[in-house]
Amino acid sequence: MSAPIIEVRIPTILRPYTNSEKVVSAEATNLAELISTLDSKFTGLGERLLENGELRRFINIYINDEDVRFMGSLAATLKAGDSVTILPAVAGGC
Amino acid sequence: MTLRITTAHVEAILEQSRAEYPDECCGVILGPEGSDSAQVLKPMVNAAHSPTFYEFDSKDLLALYREVDDNSQEIVVVYHSHTETEAYPSRTDISYASEPGAHYVLVSTRKEIAPENEFRSYRIIDGVVTEEDVEIVTRIGD
Repeated sequence: MSAPIIEVRIPTILRPYTNSEKVVSAEATNLAELISTLDSKFTGLGERLLENGELRRFINIYINDEDVRFMGSLAATLKAGDSVTILPAVAGGC
Repeated sequence: MTLRITTAHVEAILEQSRAEYPDECCGVILGPEGSDSAQVLKPMVNAAHSPTFYEFDSKDLLALYREVDDNSQEIVVVYHSHTETEAYPSRTDISYASEPGAHYVLVSTRKEIAPENEFRSYRIIDGVVTEEDVEIVTRIGD
């Protein structure tokens, strides 16, 4: 059985990588695979999401309504119908 | 570039910065998509609860973006306070700025200027900070 097709919402700041597409899709069974597939379609996107093989601290990724950090991060599993949202943290400080 | 903002919103942001001192406060102002019109003030919780850092709570962030999408809105202003330093974007602010279309508003509660109100606005695009004028008006949009 092939991997499910996952819909991914891309934030404004990363749309230069996706030819300005707000929503893209990729086949994957977990988050690591999803990012790798996205990176092969949209060169450079993976590096904006990962650092030293881990999810970047100030990138939030959600599967449906849940932050993936509470679902095993890169190991979080994906199934048909899941929707992934990528949002950069709104953060800063003096 | 100029930020147009209502007196009421300026006062509310300054009041929030004083109320949440010594922590940094934060929030957004929303407007219709493509309008650059700062209409709806939404104070956000600083999940970092820190005098030197702010961060929207991850669940609040998702809810905010869903609301913006569902209502065809945009984030017109992202604001936060500096507690002891000038109302100018820090290196941290610049590195995390991820809304190239937004006005980044900084206020300061530092004591030496406390009797005055330090309220400034910037564009932060690809790491480049450009200060802009702030035009305070009695009302915006309808």
